[in-house]
Amino acid sequence: MLSEMFSFPFMVNAYRAGTIVAVLAGAVGYLMVLRQQSFVGHTLSAVGFPGAAGALLLGLTAPLGYYAFCLVAALVISRVHHAERSAQAAVVGTVQAFALASGYLFVVLYKGVLSGTTALLFGSFLGITSTQVVVMAGVATVLLTALVILGRPLLFASLDPDAARAAGVPVALLDLLFLLLLGATAAGVVQITGSLMVFTLLVLPAAAARELSCRPGRALATSILIALLVTWTALAVAYSSPYPLGFWLSTLAFGTFLAAKAVSRVRA
Amino acid sequence: MLTQPFMQHALLAGTPIALAAGLVGWFLVLRAQVFTADALSHVAFTGALAALAVGIDPRLGLFAITIAVGLALSGLGPRGQPDDTIIGGVFAWVLGLGVLFLSIYTSGSSGGNGTAAVAVLFGSVLGLSHDRALVAALIAVVCFLAMLALARPLLMASIDPRVAAARRLPVRLLGAAFLGVVATTAAEASQVVGALLILGLVTAPAATASRLSTHPYRAMALSCALAVGATWAGLFLSFYLPSTPPSFAILAVATAAFILTFAPWRHHAVLALVHGRRSEA
Repeated sequence: MLSEMFSFPFMVNAYRAGTIVAVLAGAVGYLMVLRQQSFVGHTLSAVGFPGAAGALLLGLTAPLGYYAFCLVAALVISRVHHAERSAQAAVVGTVQAFALASGYLFVVLYKGVLSGTTALLFGSFLGITSTQVVVMAGVATVLLTALVILGRPLLFASLDPDAARAAGVPVALLDLLFLLLLGATAAGVVQITGSLMVFTLLVLPAAAARELSCRPGRALATSILIALLVTWTALAVAYSSPYPLGFWLSTLAFGTFLAAKAVSRVRA
Repeated sequence: MLTQPFMQHALLAGTPIALAAGLVGWFLVLRAQVFTADALSHVAFTGALAALAVGIDPRLGLFAITIAVGLALSGLGPRGQPDDTIIGGVFAWVLGLGVLFLSIYTSGSSGGNGTAAVAVLFGSVLGLSHDRALVAALIAVVCFLAMLALARPLLMASIDPRVAAARRLPVRLLGAAFLGVVATTAAEASQVVGALLILGLVTAPAATASRLSTHPYRAMALSCALAVGATWAGLFLSFYLPSTPPSFAILAVATAAFILTFAPWRHHAVLALVHGRRSEA
């Protein structure tokens, strides 16, 4: 079955893109969970929808819209980042809802409501082009390099911002850089999962890894590994079943999360 | 405009739903539970599509599943407030189930198509029949009254849970009851602005109100007024600009009001309006 599956170029591309995306989402998602920024992560993923719809409306390619909108949304959210937690959530929520509403307006103006919308929201891993994979790989290389460079101070600033600030770590700058990293990751993942399912790959492998290890390095590696296994399996299952990738991806990831929770409870 | 029956139905359902959303939203912002509302709005999508896939009235699935998940979430954490990661994990999976139901529904023999999913996601307020609008309005009034009844104890339990517990207020129960009302309101609001945009109707007016007034009851009233105002203005705009969907117009007005609170001159003009004679004194 495997050789048959990989005889299709679109499945090869789906696996290439899926691998890139899983490594990114596993790593950046772990930091997102550590920093308790799930809501921001979900908002940046949702912003991909108006990005793609707007790009299509203007006659541009969807990936351009994904990156532009996700990075701009990250900048907008970073403006209020220093605010009190509840006020910040209110801004994030407003950004998300307005972004989705704009996406809907773009789709209505584009008159592509029937077929296009669900593909943008729930993904269509069958249509990934080789160019898209190359761009994704390039972006992922930049993002992962940035993550390696920022790793230690970012971890410090995430775990104890006050102590980090006192030690001279530029916490505000790191906050901004992390949001941009999260936005770019979401823009990459959205191309394979659709904008409503990005969040699955960001939050669930990381949440499972957090249950399995409290040492950051090991948890980060576990998160990437889980994201990879879940993505590979989900792609194979989605290929041979009539049900969509988003369902398999979220179900496998949620199952892994529950299993990790059970393991950590047995250990304790 | 008001002689059109579809506009009358939209206003009949939209007004009380906006009232409830404004009040619920203010508490969501106060309690830092906006993400929970985000999660419940996606659950509403799954609920409606589950019912469509099985072939029953989507409202049944909408209310049953949203309220069930809302109450379940309140049981997952201390003080009825679960951790962000848990909420995120649960709703990512629930959304995945929604995608499954969507594919079952669109490929099934029930004659479904993409329009139904889009209506669930982005609302179809102008397509409400008189009976549906009336039922939606009645449920919204019940939500609003329930919130009014909860307001005082919930305010205390939100601001200082320990003092509230010491005064024998059932803090946990209040948290659960509140999430029950949030879930019902989310299911209601999905009929007006759609599952994906509930968050805006709930958050934007509340966030605007919180920036304009720190007085709890005044901010609550303001949040309700802003939500109703945005709904009316949005319906009005989409009536005269036919290519603008009503849910977009409603959220655009609500978001514009929020952005205006960041304008430098807001202190003189808006605050005086909100606080009346007090700010002059």
